[in-house]
Amino acid sequence: MTLVQPELAGRVLEAALRRGGDLAELYAESRHGFRLSLDDGKVERPVDGLELGACVRVVEGDASYYGYVDGLAEPDLLRVAGSVAEAVRGQARAPAAVHAAEPEDIHPIGSRPEEVEAAAKAELLRACDARARAAGGEVAQARVGYAEGRRRVQVFNSDGLAAADDRTRVRLSAQVVARSDGRVETGTDTRGGHAGWELLVEDPEAVAESAARKALTMLEAVDAPTGRLPVVVGNGFGGVLLHEAVGHGLEADAVQKRASVYAGKLGEQVAEPFVTAYDDGRRRGEWGSDGIDDEGTPTRRTTVIEEGELTSYLYDLLRARKDGVASTGNGRRESFRHVPVPRMTNTYFAPGEATPDDLIAGVERGLYAVSFGGGQVEPATGDFVFGVSEGYLIEDGEVTAPVRGATLVGNGLEALAAIDGIASDLDIATGYCGKAGQSVPAGVGQPHVRIRRLTVGGTGE
Amino acid sequence: MSDGELEAAARRAVQAALDAGADDAEGWAESGVSRNVRVYEGKVESLSDAGGRGVGVRAFTAERSGYAYGTDLSDEGVGGVARAAYESAAVADPDEDDGLPEEFGAAEVDGLRSAGLEDWSTQRKVELALDVERAARAVDGVTQVENAVYSDAESSVAIANSRGFAAGYASTEAWSYASAFAGEGSDLMTGLGVGLARDPGRLDADAIGREAGERARALVGARQPRSRRCPVVLDAFVAASFMGFIGSMLSADAVQRGRSLFADREGEDVADPALALADDATDPDGPASAPFDGEGAASRRTALIEGGRLQTFLFDTRTARKAGRATTGNASRGSYRSPPAVGTTNLIVEPGEGTLAELVATAGEGLYVTDVAGLHSGVNPVSGTFSVGASGRLIENGELGTPVRELTIASDLVSMLRAVEGVGAEGRWVPFGGSVKAPPVLIRRMSVSGS
Repeated sequence: MTLVQPELAGRVLEAALRRGGDLAELYAESRHGFRLSLDDGKVERPVDGLELGACVRVVEGDASYYGYVDGLAEPDLLRVAGSVAEAVRGQARAPAAVHAAEPEDIHPIGSRPEEVEAAAKAELLRACDARARAAGGEVAQARVGYAEGRRRVQVFNSDGLAAADDRTRVRLSAQVVARSDGRVETGTDTRGGHAGWELLVEDPEAVAESAARKALTMLEAVDAPTGRLPVVVGNGFGGVLLHEAVGHGLEADAVQKRASVYAGKLGEQVAEPFVTAYDDGRRRGEWGSDGIDDEGTPTRRTTVIEEGELTSYLYDLLRARKDGVASTGNGRRESFRHVPVPRMTNTYFAPGEATPDDLIAGVERGLYAVSFGGGQVEPATGDFVFGVSEGYLIEDGEVTAPVRGATLVGNGLEALAAIDGIASDLDIATGYCGKAGQSVPAGVGQPHVRIRRLTVGGTGE
Repeated sequence: MSDGELEAAARRAVQAALDAGADDAEGWAESGVSRNVRVYEGKVESLSDAGGRGVGVRAFTAERSGYAYGTDLSDEGVGGVARAAYESAAVADPDEDDGLPEEFGAAEVDGLRSAGLEDWSTQRKVELALDVERAARAVDGVTQVENAVYSDAESSVAIANSRGFAAGYASTEAWSYASAFAGEGSDLMTGLGVGLARDPGRLDADAIGREAGERARALVGARQPRSRRCPVVLDAFVAASFMGFIGSMLSADAVQRGRSLFADREGEDVADPALALADDATDPDGPASAPFDGEGAASRRTALIEGGRLQTFLFDTRTARKAGRATTGNASRGSYRSPPAVGTTNLIVEPGEGTLAELVATAGEGLYVTDVAGLHSGVNPVSGTFSVGASGRLIENGELGTPVRELTIASDLVSMLRAVEGVGAEGRWVPFGGSVKAPPVLIRRMSVSGS
């Protein structure tokens, strides 16, 4: 796989270091994608895209200078390298020699999605639509989306690094609307991975059915309670709470600017001793996994919380250099149009020993938050807000009525310290994480987790 | 890349799609350069200089349409994109309403491109970002400025289609923002300041920085308030976020697909007459202004809510045909990487009367909201019920008082619009929820939940 010949990459790095700099980097990428959706019973909006481009970056001290260009033609690459070098004020430096590199085959693709006929993808969407509608007469509307993408990436830097990656992802998503007696509710579900078409071979329609079930269930929902209550958070997408309320605060850029409540807390006990959490960009076939990050560092599993103790932040090259540590392989970017920043890959709590029923049985009156419509956190304070898209009351140790309109409001550090139970049913769901204007695929997950007390904002009393 | 070359690329794309077998085709080409400066603690943290270009092609065949895009504007590249668009159309189901518009045109919109941008050297832009940071830091109580950013872009767009329409335009934009911290530890509060204009000469660095600092400082000491039902004043940022969401619900596409709470409400009273909302792609200051929309229909102003009544939905060609109506020029495109879809351009809340202080005085006892979180996850788009996290200050004796956080505000969108009691006189452009110009808005009553 060659996007840019090593010889040309060497000249681009040399041009980038024309006026000095501690590190120069060339990131080249080819992006091929296809997507298709079904809405209102009709297959529509097929979109096919092919993009080629590169980003050249020079790091000098704490400053980064970068530029990107569409296309990988030699004159374009040399021009962008020259323009980036303009910003630097020093003596020319020679980059170390770079060699060719081939991607490592650690997330094997069973069946290349681009070789599957488009008609089969359309059929998949129709089958999902039918399954969603079969779930109940109240199903009013289904929207199903299929997307595949292949990103081929090459990274070269002036320290002699040469690395490559070949990333294929597929994702199926369903959003179902159910209506009854003037009530309208929406349910969603997704399945995706760093994988090929094989991921969608076994009962893919289950995704649509699950979305439909959520919508139908929520039709029966009562108003959410308000107040400070015990909350059991569901596995899989429930992990978005960890992602937002803890994970973002562990990203080293926020930590170094002291824009994170976790700054200065390495080695401290931040949770009960049965709580362990990972960021794992190497987990095979997982949605947020890659072979290397977008600076060429091999992905790996980083233990961020070990038996309750905060053990590591998440680093890219730039922030790692500043702290005198090695990159944890978290330098990610949306595309060649972006500069890498520390980002999570797949972030999850390690499984414990309880069952979900054990966790629920211990709650007299609380909320069972199965999935979230999304969430937001202020890393500086750790304050977070999550909309609960599927939630239930817990009464006398049992899950009872579904509730609507619940919001969880709290603080990451406090919520983390308040975890008083973890089940064994780890599951990881597919999300897109937005930060600094960039969106990257991120796996969010956990087993069922119980939080002693959280503020639940709702519409009821 | 010159505007002529861009239009030529769009034309070549159309021809290539017709050659491949399409009945109709449309090419959309873009090129642009952008600059981004980020400063931290008085020094440049990052500086970027970037150029991009690309083309997107819509191909129509036998009542089907397909879309493809690419970054290669050579004959070969454009030809490949056009063929991919034509081939992908085969997989779609037929839709007799899909197709090119019947009428095309370009409205006169002044001032989209400011020559002033060219006069600014990189060094001056860096200084502007540093000025923003300094102004934020100068606010009493500010402990840190997390970042101060300046960005600009100069872009060109060209469209061509198989009905003989071809047009293009160039535009510039410059914006800056800063995020400041005040307080410490668990009492650390953040504040955002923003400004946007056609060129950096019209950005007020002092005001942007000061806004960030003052917003952060105002929240220091915030605590969770007790639950209550009370009047609520939404500041311009928050009002804009809500209006952006409401605007997206007025898309005819959302309505026709049964995903809008406003379906079947055209012509009905949906708001207090104090609130008037329009979509206007011709406002010279509007960040989303353009002479034509994403499929070549001329831009215009469309009144959405006037006299409390819902006047119309927003249409593109396909949704208009479905409804037996005319397009409102709202086929919008994020970029050449996506096919056109119904969207708002600039949403403008018509200014009312009174200053913020007067709205707060009218509220008497209540809540002033300066930030909402999780709006898109917290609102049910079909029923309109919402519960979103918020922070701000209590209104006590008609004045801004105790800062509050960790609370939620809940209502449903139509009840909220009907409960509008006052709209401020001074609107501002806010880049949240799309491009929205909004003043502060007083809501008669909302449910606020805290402890």
